[in-house]
Amino acid sequence: MSIKTANRTTLQRLTEAQPFLVDCLPAAQAMGLTGRTVLHAGPPLLWERACAAMQAAICCAVRYEGWAPDDTAARALVLTGEVRIGPCHHRAAVGPMTGIITPSMPVFVVENRAHGNRAHVTINEGLGKVLRFGANDASVVERLAWLADEAGPILGAAIRATGGIDLRALMAQAVRMGDDMHQRNVAASSLLARSLMGPLVRSGADASARARVADFMAANDQFFLNIAMAAGKAATDPCLSVADSTLVVTMARNGTDFGIRVAGLGDRWFTAPVEMPKGLYFPGFGPEDANPDMGDSAIVETIGLGAFAMAASPSVVRFVGAGGVQEAIAATEEMAEICLGEHPHFKIATMDERGTPVGIDIRKVVETGITPLINTGIAGKIPGTGQIGAGIARAPLACFEQALEAFGAR
Amino acid sequence: MSPLAAFFRQELRVINLGLEQFAGELDRLGVPVVHVAWSPPAGGDLKKAALLASLTDEDEDDR
Repeated sequence: MSIKTANRTTLQRLTEAQPFLVDCLPAAQAMGLTGRTVLHAGPPLLWERACAAMQAAICCAVRYEGWAPDDTAARALVLTGEVRIGPCHHRAAVGPMTGIITPSMPVFVVENRAHGNRAHVTINEGLGKVLRFGANDASVVERLAWLADEAGPILGAAIRATGGIDLRALMAQAVRMGDDMHQRNVAASSLLARSLMGPLVRSGADASARARVADFMAANDQFFLNIAMAAGKAATDPCLSVADSTLVVTMARNGTDFGIRVAGLGDRWFTAPVEMPKGLYFPGFGPEDANPDMGDSAIVETIGLGAFAMAASPSVVRFVGAGGVQEAIAATEEMAEICLGEHPHFKIATMDERGTPVGIDIRKVVETGITPLINTGIAGKIPGTGQIGAGIARAPLACFEQALEAFGAR
Repeated sequence: MSPLAAFFRQELRVINLGLEQFAGELDRLGVPVVHVAWSPPAGGDLKKAALLASLTDEDEDDR
């Protein structure tokens, strides 16, 4: 097959995916995640190379599962291999920031009805001290337990009662309402809450429990982010088998390495040291406190959202380091330089209804030297700190150069 | 008059490729100029440029 034909196939599979939110179940049940396994964000990672925030999150997850009483014992289990760690991406899943998933954690289930595959993601924990940003104290474990014991089952019942929520339609509407779907998810979160309100009330759960779940969703503007990521994962996984295609179907970071995968090169990762994000910091924090970029959330850029849809989200441009609407449009136009096409469903009102740029071509990246821009949260590098800001990061050019060389040698 | 000399007696309208500073100087002198942002493929790395040239979009339909 020619590269042109292969890339057309990949782009069509990616943009014509039909992701539906169909359930929320424990990872053991939904994904068959059994045994003492901790999944993390990004490409494969050796414990010794993991950043402190990632190590802290893994140890916290081991304590949460009750496999060890403290971090010292948890670390020993990982080092002896009694607890296995591996990438979410290898298990049809994605996770924001540290991206931790363990068997008892509830995960949203997103079904791609165009291809029949499924993708999974944890429930967004909210802001402040949360596991995804490497926080690891008792409040983190307590919230995780509540998500598993109360929120997950109630959300699962409500979602099942809908028969499936059409995420592509919801996301297309949210882009028109000013979400980039990475840094800003307030519209998508609100639309999801509206879809779930009736089923949640009718779920039959205890009234105070329903109220706690409703309050939790209402208090978190980023509630939808994880679901957008799973929609992206569901859309991109079927593209991993398109031979001869030079389009990127995975971008992910683990706090140490940035990794990409390419449609025509299968499961192989191409990695390079991850860059530091640039952006705005919460009071009392600065760049010296920041952890290198991490998370599977760059899957939203891979499907044409996030920084690629910056022009659709003028209200976040200053937050992510851009100066105004014109800079936001320039960012989207720059990303169009390295993409094959425009998304037929995600349209940008401020750019005369053009679709968001989608289908990153490794050839265009290497040829132009323009690397994908990613909207991102910034975690503190000291374990336990949590989120300290938000900004933008670039994918390292070296990943694309390696992939191009491998493509040439295939 | 040589062709080159004749050329420079005409009104100049310039398309500038690459270094933007040249366009800026012409603009400052009131010369109509359009700047095209261009740089050598792969930053001038000949090996990568050759690899890129070998991985073209040529399609069955185009042959």
